[in-house]
Amino acid sequence: MAEILSLQIVTPDRLVVEERVDEVTAPGTLGEFGVLPGHTPFLSSLGIGEVCYRKGSERHYLSIAWGYAEVEPESVTILAEIAEKAEEIDRERAEAARRRAEKRLAGGEDTVDFERAQVALQKALIRLQVISKKLPG
Amino acid sequence: MPSLRHIRRRISSVRSTQQITKAMKMVAAAKLRRAQDRMLSARPYAHKIADVVNSLALRVNRDRHPLLSLREGKRALVVVITADRGLCGAFNANVIKRTVAFLEEEPFSEKSLLIIGRKAADFFKRRTYPIRETHTDLFRNLTFAQASNIGKKLVEAYTQDTVDEIYLVYNEFKSVLQQRLTVQRLLPFVPQRDTRQAGHPPGGYPEEAIIDYLYEPSVDALLDHLLNKHVEVQVFQALLESAASEQGARMTAMEAATENAADMIQRLTLYFNKVRQASITKELIEVVSGAEALR
Repeated sequence: MAEILSLQIVTPDRLVVEERVDEVTAPGTLGEFGVLPGHTPFLSSLGIGEVCYRKGSERHYLSIAWGYAEVEPESVTILAEIAEKAEEIDRERAEAARRRAEKRLAGGEDTVDFERAQVALQKALIRLQVISKKLPG
Repeated sequence: MPSLRHIRRRISSVRSTQQITKAMKMVAAAKLRRAQDRMLSARPYAHKIADVVNSLALRVNRDRHPLLSLREGKRALVVVITADRGLCGAFNANVIKRTVAFLEEEPFSEKSLLIIGRKAADFFKRRTYPIRETHTDLFRNLTFAQASNIGKKLVEAYTQDTVDEIYLVYNEFKSVLQQRLTVQRLLPFVPQRDTRQAGHPPGGYPEEAIIDYLYEPSVDALLDHLLNKHVEVQVFQALLESAASEQGARMTAMEAATENAADMIQRLTLYFNKVRQASITKELIEVVSGAEALR
């Protein structure tokens, strides 16, 4: 049995991560799940959330939104609509997006915008959360 | 013998053509760079989603989803992808020729076309094949949304049972100098035995070695999403490949044209000099023989 996972994270416009890692956690639509080498084959759709992978004692974080994860004993493939590494996220933009979304939510309700604002807020919060984990090192 | 002025005019006309082809080559090279980057960065996703759909399709029964089930019928829908503009060598002609050959050779009971690109539209407008839809001017500003629209319509045509098979004909980007003409079956999706991981027997897994996945939320929901997405992604990828190939083809064609123009200018210049020499000689003879006659 393999002791290591090969992880690939791809989005429609690029290959974001290709690494050999020890552990992966990802936000499934029915809840977060973790994967260690030798996991049973598993296929899940993904929601908005953070992906974390561990390589030795180093942890790396990404924010992702929607997609699929295919887990096999020796590999994890994440097909995401959007994926950003913690170091790529623009904190100011995420903050601005959060404020904008909050304002919109506070304003009106049950419009089409309401749902969109909720999604936007969620994405912004995840981005901020991912950054905050990155900073301490 | 043509007059000197005549030849000079000819040379300057070829020279200005050469300037145009040279400029077009440079423009194509710049566009190629962008199109190529876009296409290459989209490739991993397209390949990965194909892999995932493939291994999922291997694990479920064919009847589980309409996009997987093989049908008896032979009604084909062919998606032809050409460029909107010409002046790119045999790029468009190749696709069109291949499409016609494909439609004629295969024993389809019914044939229809979905056309992308003005060149194919112009060609098939005057033929007898029924055309479902025509899309032109996609390439100037190609987005995933457009591809996904086309993908959705293809899936719709398939699930509403108006066609039994869908094919894509397009130029795949191999290198700047080379395009590979591809005929690809889009639907129904036929899974290939999985051989992408080393260590498996060459024929893929034996039948019983395939372990079923755990699914979240459910097999059917995932299968449905993934297959639809897959179709859209494949269409998008084909469009990107075609766009990059087009620029590559245009660049090579224009490069060749520029070289031919240079050859032609050289030949014409040589001829021009010859004619000039000849007319000088003629004038000299006239002067000399005139003086001779006066003596």
